Amino acid sequence: MSKGKISRRALLAGTAAAVSAASAKILPAQESGTKDPTKVQGGPAKEVGERSRFEKPKRTYFSPTRQASNTPLQDLEGIITPADLHFERHHAGIPEIDPESYSLLIHGMVERPRMFTLADLKRFPAEAVTRFLECSGNGFRTYRNPEANKEETPQQVEGLTSTSEWIGVPLKTLFKEVGVLPEAKWFLAEAMDAAVMTRSIPVEKGWDDAMIAYGQNGEAIRPEQGYPARLFLPGFEGSSNVKWIRRIELADKPFMTREETSKYTDPLPGGKARQFSFVMDVKSIITYPAYPVTLTEKGFREIKGIAWSGRGKIVRVDISTDGGESWNKATLQEPVISKCHTRFRFAWDFNGAQATLMSRATDETGQTQPTHVELKKLRGPGTSYHYNHIRAWTVRQDGSIVFGENA
Amino acid sequence: MRMVWLATIVAALATAQAETEDDKGTFGFGRTPTEAEIKALDIDVMADGTGLPDGEGTVAKGEELYYQLCASCHGVTGTEGPNDVLVGREPREGFPFATTTGLSRTIGNYWPYATTLYDYTYRAMPFDEPGSLTPDQVYSLVAFLLHKNEIIAEDVIIDKNSLPEVVMPARDRFVHDNRVGGPELR
Ligand code: HEC
Repeated sequence: MSKGKISRRALLAGTAAAVSAASAKILPAQESGTKDPTKVQGGPAKEVGERSRFEKPKRTYFSPTRQASNTPLQDLEGIITPADLHFERHHAGIPEIDPESYSLLIHGMVERPRMFTLADLKRFPAEAVTRFLECSGNGFRTYRNPEANKEETPQQVEGLTSTSEWIGVPLKTLFKEVGVLPEAKWFLAEAMDAAVMTRSIPVEKGWDDAMIAYGQNGEAIRPEQGYPARLFLPGFEGSSNVKWIRRIELADKPFMTREETSKYTDPLPGGKARQFSFVMDVKSIITYPAYPVTLTEKGFREIKGIAWSGRGKIVRVDISTDGGESWNKATLQEPVISKCHTRFRFAWDFNGAQATLMSRATDETGQTQPTHVELKKLRGPGTSYHYNHIRAWTVRQDGSIVFGENA
Repeated sequence: MRMVWLATIVAALATAQAETEDDKGTFGFGRTPTEAEIKALDIDVMADGTGLPDGEGTVAKGEELYYQLCASCHGVTGTEGPNDVLVGREPREGFPFATTTGLSRTIGNYWPYATTLYDYTYRAMPFDEPGSLTPDQVYSLVAFLLHKNEIIAEDVIIDKNSLPEVVMPARDRFVHDNRVGGPELR
C-alpha cells in the first residue's frame, strides 16, 4: 500500500475490525450480568460500603491454626493498606474486648501509678502518624530457600507488612502523666489476649515516638490490630507493637519474656544470638510485574513497588532489569514519609528477552539493602528474622514470571 | 454585665490552663489503681526472680501434670510435637543456630533464663485452657521440664528461691542489638 493513501477497502475492513473489537469488549460485561449503566438507575446508598464485586483482594488464609495472614500487596495502590487487608499475626487468636470495660494500667517505676479507661486515653491530646508495620519474620521462606518457592506472589513473599494512619495518644504524654522515674530504663508491654503477650521495650522509645493507638485509617482499630488500643512503635518489629494492651510496667531492666528469648532473637554466626533487635531494616519489593502475572505482549510496563525502612525515610530506590548487573534510579511517589511504605515507579520495555527484575532501596541513614548472598554470609543460613535482602522476579521469554533470580 | 462576662472568660481560661498544664505537666485523667488491682494484673516474673509467688513444685508432680495437660500437644517425651519442641540439649557443642538450618530451639539448648519458663507457662499454657494453672502446678511443670532438659536433678525442689539460681545452658549466648543503620551492614 502506498504511503499516506488508505484504500476504501482497508478503511472498511478497519472499521469492521474496530466494531467487532468494541462488541467483543462489551460482551463479557453483558455475560457478567451488568446492564448499560447509563440506561438504568444505580444501586441505593448504604450504611456500610463494599468493594466493587469485580475486586476481590484477600489476605492469605493458610489454615485455621495458622495465626497469620498476609496483605495482598499486588492488589493495592498508594501507601495505605485498607484496614481489613492489614496483615495479621497473633499468638492466641483475636480476643473480643468490650471497650466499656477496657483499661490500661501503668505502674512500676513511676511516681503515680494510673489506670486509664479508653475514654481517658481519648481525652489526651491526640496524634496521627502514617507508618508501616512489619512482622520481623517477613520473607522467611524465601530467605531460607528461594528456589523452592518460585511460584509465589508478592503477598506470599512479603505480605507481612502494611501501612496505616495510626491515631492515638503519644506514650510520652502518659509517661509524664504517671511520672516515670529516671531509673526506669525499660517497660513491659502486656496484652489482654489468651497469650497475655509481653515484650520489653527501651524507655527511650516511649519518650521518642511510641503511641497508644486507638484509631486506624479513620476508624477504631480493627480487632485483629488490637482493638480497642495497642502499643504502636514506629519502625520496630511487629511483635513489639503489643496489641490489646492492658498494662505497662516500668523497670530498670528488661523482663526477658519468652517473646524476646525463645522467639524473636536472631542467631548469628559465632555462637551468639542478637536480642532486642527491634528496628526493621531498609527493604523493598516489586509488586508489579510479579508472579502470577504473565506479560502477554511486548512493550511498555511500569515497574511498581514499595520500599520502607524502620530507620527513617527512603531516599532512593534503584531498579535492575538484568539481575543486578546495572541499576537505574526509580521515581519515588509522593508522599515520602519516614518509617512508612513509599511507592516507587520505573518505566520499562519488555522486549521478549528473559529479564531479572530487582529493587534495591536506600534509607536516609545511608543503608542499602544487601544481596541475598551478602546477607546469608553475614547472618548465616539458619538465622531468624530481619530478612531485608534484595528480592528478584524473573520474567521468562514467554512473559510468565517467577520469584527469584532464576527462570 | 460586661464585667461578669470578662470574669467568666478569665475563669474559663484558667480552667483550660489547669486541664492542659498544671504544675506537674499532667492532665489528671484516669484514676489511681488500688494495690489489689495492681497485684491482680502484675503477673510477670523477671530474670532475678522478682515477681515469683510463694509455693513450690517437684519433678515427680510435674511429670504427672505434664502427661495430663501438656503431652497431647508437646509429645510424651517433649520432643515429638505436634506443637513446640520443649526438650532437647543437642547440639551440645557451640550454638550453631545461624550456621545450621533445621535445629529445634528448646528450653535446654536455647532459653537463657529458667524464670521465663515460669512466666510463660503461667500466663499462656496450657494453650487450650490458658491461665488455669496454680503457682504450685507451674513450679512442678517447670521442675519437670528443667529435669527433662538435663538442667536440674530429679530431687530438686523448685520455688521462688531456687528457680532464679538455675543456670541455663544458653545463658551467655545473647547479645544486644548492635545494628545502627548507615552504610555498614551488621
Ligand atoms: C492445645 C495444645 C497445647 C497444650 C495442651 C499445651 N501447649 Fe504449650 N504450646 C502450644 C502452642 C501452640 C505453643 C506455641 C505458641 C506460640 O508460639 O505462640 C506452645 C508453646 C509452649 C511453650 C514455649 C515453647 C518455646 O520454645 O517457646 C512452652 C514452654 C509450653 N508450651 C509449655 C506447655 C506446658 C507446660 C503445657 C501443659 C501445662 C502445655 N504447654 C500445654 C500448644 C499447647
